[in-house]
Amino acid sequence: MSEAATVEQPLSVEDFYDATVLPDPCEIPVIEPGAMADSKPYEAAPEFQKALGFPGELVDDWHEKAIAKLGELVEGSRALRVYLDTCVKCGACTDKCHYFLGTGDPNNMPVARQDLLRQVYRKHFTVAGKYFPWLVGARDLDEEVLDQWYSYFHQCSQCRRCSVYCPYGIDTAEVSMAAREIMATVGKGQKYCNEIIGKVETIGNNLGLQKKALVATLEDLEEDIEDETGVAVKIPVDKKGADILLVTPSADFFAEPHIDGLIGYAKVFHQTGASWTISSYASEAANFGLFIGSNENMREVALRIRTAAQDLGVKRIIFGECGHAWRVAYSFLNTLAGPFDFLDQNYPVPQHICEYTYDQIEAGKIKFDKSANDHIRLTFHDSCNVARGSRMGDTPGGQFEIPRTIIRASCNHFFDMAPDTIKESTFCCGGGGGLLTDDLIELRKKGAQPRMRALQQVAQDHGVTHMAAICAICKTQFAKVMPDYGFDMDAILSVHQLVSNAIILDDAKTDQPEAGDGDNAQPAAAQ
Amino acid sequence: MAYELNGTTYEHDEEGYLADINVWNKELAELIAKEENLDMSEEHWEVVNFLRDYYEEYQIAPAIRVLVKAMKKSFGPEKGNNKYLYTLYPYGPAKQACKIAGLPKPTGCV
Repeated sequence: MSEAATVEQPLSVEDFYDATVLPDPCEIPVIEPGAMADSKPYEAAPEFQKALGFPGELVDDWHEKAIAKLGELVEGSRALRVYLDTCVKCGACTDKCHYFLGTGDPNNMPVARQDLLRQVYRKHFTVAGKYFPWLVGARDLDEEVLDQWYSYFHQCSQCRRCSVYCPYGIDTAEVSMAAREIMATVGKGQKYCNEIIGKVETIGNNLGLQKKALVATLEDLEEDIEDETGVAVKIPVDKKGADILLVTPSADFFAEPHIDGLIGYAKVFHQTGASWTISSYASEAANFGLFIGSNENMREVALRIRTAAQDLGVKRIIFGECGHAWRVAYSFLNTLAGPFDFLDQNYPVPQHICEYTYDQIEAGKIKFDKSANDHIRLTFHDSCNVARGSRMGDTPGGQFEIPRTIIRASCNHFFDMAPDTIKESTFCCGGGGGLLTDDLIELRKKGAQPRMRALQQVAQDHGVTHMAAICAICKTQFAKVMPDYGFDMDAILSVHQLVSNAIILDDAKTDQPEAGDGDNAQPAAAQ
Repeated sequence: MAYELNGTTYEHDEEGYLADINVWNKELAELIAKEENLDMSEEHWEVVNFLRDYYEEYQIAPAIRVLVKAMKKSFGPEKGNNKYLYTLYPYGPAKQACKIAGLPKPTGCV
């Protein structure tokens, strides 16, 4: 043996790769047919169904009712009809779904999942499907198919990543929403979403937080902030005549790290001298009506925001960090609950908290001590409904750049994840679209895999320790699943938590006149 | 779906939350905890008792932050933090402890 034998041997090629090369987030899994066939969320109890105007349980003539509802939907939406007619099975979407990548179940290839509905559509609404079903893959809706619908349409988070890659632009989320709407209509709704929508429509938020508890929670928070900073930052509730109504997910009043984001919004408002309030009547940004495909329920939830804005006499509405809420707000609020001609038209209607903070940074109204975040090496998770269902600011891609600009302004160490996993190609957290429920925890953990692998890559390459997000669902989902992928549950942060850590607060700015408030437009006229 | 204790049945939902919050008692809490593979220590009880008191006043479970503060007050900073609460209740202090305290599950994006 040579002397070299006593020297530490270099790693073998296999060991070298094992030790340093992490699995690709987009790696295509081995196919496992039926792997997730048993994954189903709890069905909504009759009380939750009826409260939303749906039958309490599966109706006897569910087949006829379901086909009639499908007919109504394709009649009412040319877009849905095109999505059902136009797929050519090119396969571009097959490996784009995080649930397929995480589970290997071929029914989670977006084309296959859509086909569960498309086959029924063909059978009843196309000539070829009626007369030659075997030629065009048409099939009637029987119990087995209904069962598959319930399982697999609750394995789509309506994140629309597949749609980005579809050469025809088929919006899979719309197909999933249609399937869920049909199921709810025949009495097979999902417990998690429907119970929550019922709470918003009666109490005002997803949590079921009454005004007394909301006020107590926020007063407690004010005390904490003052103890920590010496500054009396206020979080007003139902303050009539305030300029700004903040509509934020109720998770911001309850969960970690959401509540740290709320503290961040409050500090920004305080520092910029804004007059603002939260409404106890519309104490929820989330609108799960979107997830179950129910326009009626989506409208009812949206109308609460309009009512609150009018009752409080505000001039502006700003949304907190909530992904699908921003999609509903940005894309549909005016249609659902408009016109908002009673608001100050010099500001975007509605506006995102990130737009507000960004404008204040650009105007030099807020300053940061970035070293306050030096213990954090950060990456940013683009939330799907913000990335692919909305925009921020007035330039294309603003929804990507505005949060990143805020992060760079408040944090010294920022690194993006791989390009095919961020911005318009972002992966869902694995819990979106009404799937953030404990009964789907296995699906959620598997669905998080692509995002978690991308995070592991930047952790290895750049020493990233934390990930920030601007969505309540993403934050809760990551806090839950991150430990399975080697990260602490508190490695997920709110973007406005970074702002909160680093913002420099002056004393005694609260309740000053509005003269200082001038983000991107003329200051609102004094009352 | 029901818990059986001393010849009495106590209805619960699919996830083990009591259908009627008024039937709760300490023995039942011990039984629910056992089904969750938890042994109730003094600290576990502190959380459950705090949740029940808070619920009585506000008809909802407290924010995690409020719970952390209460634990800090009773047991000091070492046990007054989120991580420690998760060691007590691995499935989440709000949801799992609410179940044992006989309270409804906190719903929403939490």
